[in-house]
Amino acid sequence: MAASTKTFLARSEGLKAGLLSLLLLALLLGIWHLATTGGATAAVSATTTPLTAEQIEYAKLMGHDPTGGDAAPRSGFPTLAQMADVTVKHLSAPFYYYGPNDMGIGLQLAHSLARVAVGFLLAAAVAIPLGFLIGMSPLAYRTLDPFIQVLKPISPLAWMPLALFTIKDSSLSGVFVIFICSIWPMLLNTAFGVASVRRDWLNVARTLEVSPLRKAFFVILPAAAPTIVTGMRISMGIAWLVIVAAEMLVGGTGIGHFVWNEWNNLSLPNIIFAILCIGLVGMLLDRMFALAQRAVTYVE
Amino acid sequence: MNENLDPYDADRPLRLSCACGRHSNAAEHNAAIAQTEAAATLRARSEETDFEERSRNFIEAALVKALFPQDAVRRSFLKAVGRRTAQAAIASVLPVASLQAMAQERAPLEKRDLKIGFIPITCATPLIMAHPLGFYQRQGLNVQLMRTAGWALIRDKMLNREHDATQFLSPMPLAITLGLGSTAAPMRAATIQNTNGQAITLSVRHKDKRDPRNWRGFRFAVPFVHSIHNFLLRYYVAEAGLDPDTHIQISVLPPPEMVANLRAGNIDGFLGPDPFNQRAVFEEVGFIHVLTKDLWDGHPCCAFGTSAEFIRQNPNTFAALFRSVLTAAAMAREARNRPLIARVISPRAYLNQPETVVEQVLTGRFADGLGQVRNVSDRIDFEPIPWQSMAVWMLTQMQRWGFIRGSVNYRQIAEQVFLLTDARRHMEALGQIPPGGSAFPKFTIMGKVFDPAQPERYLNSFAIRRTGA
Repeated sequence: MAASTKTFLARSEGLKAGLLSLLLLALLLGIWHLATTGGATAAVSATTTPLTAEQIEYAKLMGHDPTGGDAAPRSGFPTLAQMADVTVKHLSAPFYYYGPNDMGIGLQLAHSLARVAVGFLLAAAVAIPLGFLIGMSPLAYRTLDPFIQVLKPISPLAWMPLALFTIKDSSLSGVFVIFICSIWPMLLNTAFGVASVRRDWLNVARTLEVSPLRKAFFVILPAAAPTIVTGMRISMGIAWLVIVAAEMLVGGTGIGHFVWNEWNNLSLPNIIFAILCIGLVGMLLDRMFALAQRAVTYVE
Repeated sequence: MNENLDPYDADRPLRLSCACGRHSNAAEHNAAIAQTEAAATLRARSEETDFEERSRNFIEAALVKALFPQDAVRRSFLKAVGRRTAQAAIASVLPVASLQAMAQERAPLEKRDLKIGFIPITCATPLIMAHPLGFYQRQGLNVQLMRTAGWALIRDKMLNREHDATQFLSPMPLAITLGLGSTAAPMRAATIQNTNGQAITLSVRHKDKRDPRNWRGFRFAVPFVHSIHNFLLRYYVAEAGLDPDTHIQISVLPPPEMVANLRAGNIDGFLGPDPFNQRAVFEEVGFIHVLTKDLWDGHPCCAFGTSAEFIRQNPNTFAALFRSVLTAAAMAREARNRPLIARVISPRAYLNQPETVVEQVLTGRFADGLGQVRNVSDRIDFEPIPWQSMAVWMLTQMQRWGFIRGSVNYRQIAEQVFLLTDARRHMEALGQIPPGGSAFPKFTIMGKVFDPAQPERYLNSFAIRRTGA
């Protein structure tokens, strides 16, 4: 009886929260709508005396239609209708490819994800073994600590010019930047997780004369896994933040370059759409690691 | 009935997009068709025999004019050796030897798949339009145009050999060859991409401050340190008595970011490339204060170039590239082609700008942001000759503002980097060039004559400069 009431309460609370989220969204969209349509009507009503031929041509060159009513100001914040238009446009052809300078939003995201994946996996391949070493050996920890402390706070983008100069390849430089920014949380969390494995378990392993390799894989790894995955989750979050900035800098392909290119064209609807995409993909990536985290968590 | 969703139209599939399925609505579909049609018209025009004739003549005349800028010398040379010999001599010694032969004999290409870097600005018009119009293809090249996010990256990607050839700001090959702000690597400017085509754009807040003497404390943006934009802006304010290093602030911004910054009020104005001057007008955040054409008519802006190494290793490929770009330049110089070119290069894959903005730049009939429609047909032009004296002028300005310290061998560097003199050197070796022939014509900048024969004296004639007095 008590249990069922509890689940019911939990469910109703979830429902309430969901409802409130929807309400908040509607409220935000409502404000957006009111804020963006108010200005446009004011602009239309400003039409006055008949225009000379030159004034008409001037208006046309400025992108206005002097005969009919003026559309919403081009440079103003996009209306919801414009946003819907842009969204439909991108979603109806997400994977078109008209050459390296013009491709669908899906392909752009794929490019970014591929860069993040490569950089992230490389970082994991370095950080986790190194983290094990640091976690198990206080000497290694003390030796490497000053380096970690100096390198960790450097903004990944500050590495970009150096990477371009030494690696001599712009997309590899992007991967390098992801690598360098995702390595630290994983390294430190792995080291922390490994160092804080319960003494008792290590002692049991020693009593049973387990080989070091077996000990690492079957005692320490499962014990430290939740901390390691948390590190990976943090790293992935940072990597996804950084890739957009890196691609805006290096250009070529990817969602960051898409944002940059639409910035050139001062096209806010496209930029907002890209921002939403970045947010959604980031959320999905985070969810993925949350699931992984749940899978490796244990109760002592 | 909504033309996007007509379920009774037998000619189109019923879906939430256009008839061909590649666009989300009919307007975009129609725009795409208009672009394809414009490209087809231009391609057809480029295949007319009289265009090929004109183009050949244009290229040849450009080269001969570059070799003999003084007409008297050209005439005496032709009289001395005869037409045939002169033609043969020019054809045999130019790095673009096969230009004159054009379609006849084509040497095998060393490299077919090329990546060419560009910045999305109208300066790059010939280089860009050669792609949709198939000029590269016609030369047997498979070119990928790589839109690049800024001039520093253009430099780095050239140094890294990620790009085979590139759009440069015309002073960049000089700067890179000299190792200014990068590792020194010999670069070559093969042709000038465009002449004129820039402007000083001021924020609409400053409509009453048209006199540069009132610009104290203004913040300006230029696209790159080693750019004609930086040199011209500095020259312009210095002529008004302002010191560009202390009285105003000049920062480097990639061209596309200039309009956004002008709107945000981070800068008061910029001397930047089109279409961003026109875009600032179109966005109603700026007005065109002065076209750079009015400072120096015929000034070089961007160049098309590559590394000396690439030319050495792939001479035939380079010649093919050169032909493609020069054909495009010949086409872009004809006024009747300009509106169509605007349509072809405006889409997202190239400039990503409203067509009307690009068209105003290319046709020279534009709104100036002050309520006037102006008509300046040579607002931008595509004269490809890399005059060596242009390089000398740039070197004097680099010295003037302290980008180069110490003495400079103007002539040697200019001849090394601006390719046409390479040809001259060959001709001299063959004993073909009469003494006195000069590839160093004089220019007039804001009413002051620049004599490339006396760069030091020119440099010392300026009151405001960073060099030792």
